[in-house]
Amino acid sequence: MIRTEFLCKSFGKLKVLQDISTEIKKGEVVAIIGPSGSGKSTLLRCLNLLEVPTSGRVYVNDHDITEPKSDILKIRQQLGMVFQHFHLFPHMTVLENVTYAPIKVKRLPKDEAQREGMKLLTRVGLAEKAAVYPSRLSGGQKQRVAIARALAMEPEAVLFDEPTSALDPEMVKEVLEVMQALAHTGITMAIVTHEMGFAREVADRILFLDGGRLAEDAPPDEFFTNPKCERAQQFLEKML
Amino acid sequence: MNLDFTQIVPDIPYILQGIPTTLLFALLSTFFGFLWGTVLSLFKVSSIKPLFWFGTAYTSIFRGTPLLVQIILIYNATPQLIGFTPTELQAGVFTFTLNSSAYISEAIRAGILAVDKGQREAAMSLGVPYRWTMRDIILPQAFKNILPALANESITLLKDTAQVSTIGVLEVLRRAQTVAAKTFRYFEPLLIAAIVYYVLIMLLTIGATVLERRLRRSD
Repeated sequence: MIRTEFLCKSFGKLKVLQDISTEIKKGEVVAIIGPSGSGKSTLLRCLNLLEVPTSGRVYVNDHDITEPKSDILKIRQQLGMVFQHFHLFPHMTVLENVTYAPIKVKRLPKDEAQREGMKLLTRVGLAEKAAVYPSRLSGGQKQRVAIARALAMEPEAVLFDEPTSALDPEMVKEVLEVMQALAHTGITMAIVTHEMGFAREVADRILFLDGGRLAEDAPPDEFFTNPKCERAQQFLEKML
Repeated sequence: MNLDFTQIVPDIPYILQGIPTTLLFALLSTFFGFLWGTVLSLFKVSSIKPLFWFGTAYTSIFRGTPLLVQIILIYNATPQLIGFTPTELQAGVFTFTLNSSAYISEAIRAGILAVDKGQREAAMSLGVPYRWTMRDIILPQAFKNILPALANESITLLKDTAQVSTIGVLEVLRRAQTVAAKTFRYFEPLLIAAIVYYVLIMLLTIGATVLERRLRRSD
């Protein structure tokens, strides 16, 4: 569903990503892991062009989205995104956060969008918070709303950029549970994470980045029990 | 001390009748200044270079020359330039709009830049087009943050309207001056004019505070 070919990204002289070629298949859950600064988030952000690749190609459903005339807004609708720091719209209520894009972008009638929005909030366990503003929510609740907001556009895939890294430890679980439930629905997911246990349990595949290169691409069991590259071995020793 | 308000008491209503005129200039100018200032601020954060340069040069010119010069220039020089003679109201409101929008656009620009970059990215990731992102996500947050600066600007504008007395508009100051010329008493009518401005600005300040408190309810 999402494919990259020789994807490179530099910030000035700093090469953040080098020749990443990989594919995320429809319905697959892929965890992207690696040390800090290895380019995980940048890779994820290149997939919906929040970062424009320096060279190489990104295909979404066989459309080359790096081409200037591609309709990036349309493509972004198919790729939901969940951020480390939530980025909920602070001047809108929880329900408005979830229904804004469906109403504006997909032109869903308001009542229908609200009905769907309530369904999603129920799914993430926050229906009773529909009318409050994000500032009244805990970090874990904010992130669950952010997931509902991303799902409201009915994307084919959701990109998670360190969704639990900004959370207090006791809130990590509630977010991971929502994500786990989501993984079982068959939606495509790409998750940048430091939660190794979660990655092992939920992911179909692990992408291990190191120094901007794709150092390993393996099923979780294989990766966690028997990592091939030395950097991955060192990384796992520290993490587990 | 030579102070005698009794002599000008009959003229007080005459001075107060200038309030609607003062307010009319202030309200129209604030309204148009705010609209044009918003447009200018969007120019200044635009990636389109000509718009950016226009906004920047515009601000430089209107901040860099005295308001009084602008008023007189527009009121007196427009007929010579394009053969159209503006009324005092047109010339005044036009000048105040042009002038205050330069300041307002700076405030709004700062407000836009202060909104977390993640807000734009969140909107982008939902496929929201740039103009709606600006209108529905970025600007409302920017306005909320810079409300004190905007209130400040409208206070300045209200006081600046006194300068249209120079082109003969019978607003509060001009009327006070007329009374002074008639009665040969300067302190009393001008003090009354000053009090009128002060009261109007207090009301404006209270209004801004209430508005700010209401906008902060999502915090």
